[in-house]
Amino acid sequence: MDPSGLKLNFWENGPKPGQFYSFPGSSLTPGCGPIKHTLNPMVTGTSVLGVKFTGGVIIAADMLGSYGSLARFRNISRLMKVNDSTILGASGDYADYQYMKQIIEQMVIDEELLGDGHSYSPKAIHSWLTRVMYNRRSKMNPLWNTVVIGGFYNDERWLEFSNLAVCLGLFSVRLFFVSMQPLMREVVENKVEITKDEARALIERCLKVLYYRDARSYNRHEIAIVTKEGVEIVGPMSCETNWEIAHMVSGFE
Amino acid sequence: HVGSKLDDGVGYDLSASTFSPDGRVFQVEYAMKAVENSSTAIGIRCKDGVVFGVEKLILSKLYEQGSNKRIFNVDRHVGMAVAGLLADARSLSEVAREEASNFRSNYGHNIPLKYLSERVAMYVHAYTLYSAVRPFGCSFILGSYDQDDGPQLYMVDPSGISFGYWGCAIGKAKQAAKTEIEKLQMKDMTCRELVKEVAKIIYIVHDEVKDKAFELELSWVGEVTNGKHELVPKDIRVEAEKYAKVCTTTTSLLHGISVTWVQNNSTFKVFFPHFMVTN
Repeated sequence: MDPSGLKLNFWENGPKPGQFYSFPGSSLTPGCGPIKHTLNPMVTGTSVLGVKFTGGVIIAADMLGSYGSLARFRNISRLMKVNDSTILGASGDYADYQYMKQIIEQMVIDEELLGDGHSYSPKAIHSWLTRVMYNRRSKMNPLWNTVVIGGFYNDERWLEFSNLAVCLGLFSVRLFFVSMQPLMREVVENKVEITKDEARALIERCLKVLYYRDARSYNRHEIAIVTKEGVEIVGPMSCETNWEIAHMVSGFE
Repeated sequence: HVGSKLDDGVGYDLSASTFSPDGRVFQVEYAMKAVENSSTAIGIRCKDGVVFGVEKLILSKLYEQGSNKRIFNVDRHVGMAVAGLLADARSLSEVAREEASNFRSNYGHNIPLKYLSERVAMYVHAYTLYSAVRPFGCSFILGSYDQDDGPQLYMVDPSGISFGYWGCAIGKAKQAAKTEIEKLQMKDMTCRELVKEVAKIIYIVHDEVKDKAFELELSWVGEVTNGKHELVPKDIRVEAEKYAKVCTTTTSLLHGISVTWVQNNSTFKVFFPHFMVTN
């Protein structure tokens, strides 16, 4: 209040210039500085698909970073090669994935430097990442991702996922978008093993259907294949799509 | 030491924070003596890479082959060969690794060797300023290869000085090694040619009388390894050692030495000059 008695509070209980204002509806402690937890993901990636085949594992993801409903970044890679026996694909917040990628890359370099011939196994990476994500979740500052880790180590295939709610999967087919399950089951069920070509065909079919049906997907994707020979990341590629029936769908225009 | 003691016997050499009347810091010089007691390590830069060679003396037959490595990886594209107190060198290699890792975290690319050697040299120098700590008793040679600067070679010594080199040597036979290095035209050589020459120099400067068995540790980084620092593959190393042995026995034959030692897993064979040595 000014000494001359003029009323200087132009509004009561509103934002005070220079002070942190917590908007109505936000939960936690208001007015104590910038929020340092990821409460909402910003730029996100959609599904990641994974399939085991004889002699290796395939993981696939499209190359879109969505900003809500805006298809904002259309050429980002959501797959990474960890080392010669492990690959990783992430969905969810892309900034958290980039942070994770930097940390994992430096970890792999630090291990290579020791020069003792050992490298991280897919199981080790999965275990470590799960612990990290659980700890962050428990501090209410999660890494907002679901991560699929695939690998081929000591002649054994590995395909598991890990996310902010931390489920350790038990099936051999890892996927994020549940609608793909029937398609995948059709090919994988009743068979002990599928070949690499079958697996690749299955993945590409699933990617195509996801592009048709997932409102946050894009028709450019990458595929990562890990086998005894090492890791190969193929892409960017696109699917052939057929929209002929579109005009027959009511409300599609 | 003349000049390191006052008349009453208290020395100028007791701590690194004391100068002597003639302007020397004796502790740092003593640290360099520690380096000179260790076996030789050399590094040479050629037009497409850097090659390191270390004469690793085997002090006991019980050591596993390849143990007590004297060449470290500091980063994917940087290697470090050391001479002196090995424990000090190991701790400095960790410091160097951290520097390289922090640089990548801050700037997003591989650390150029100029900055890495500057920072590690500054760290080494800090330990020459205080009486509470002793200087590091090791010198090391850093070598790297990257797309922007090409091959780079730097040497850091216990005083905290670092210079860039085309070729350098540290350890007990450094003078002899330097002489041999100066004979090479390294700017025109490739890594593959240089590996053989490095092996030859180590064999030449190795003193068979005073020191017995030794293991040759060879590593390189350059276009030939796609910029990754690694130990030279076994077949190339064996070929280089063969070349080195032939050259050194030829040299000693030419010098009229009547006894040639050929080392084969610590059994010694004696040959007289009129027999050709084939191995």
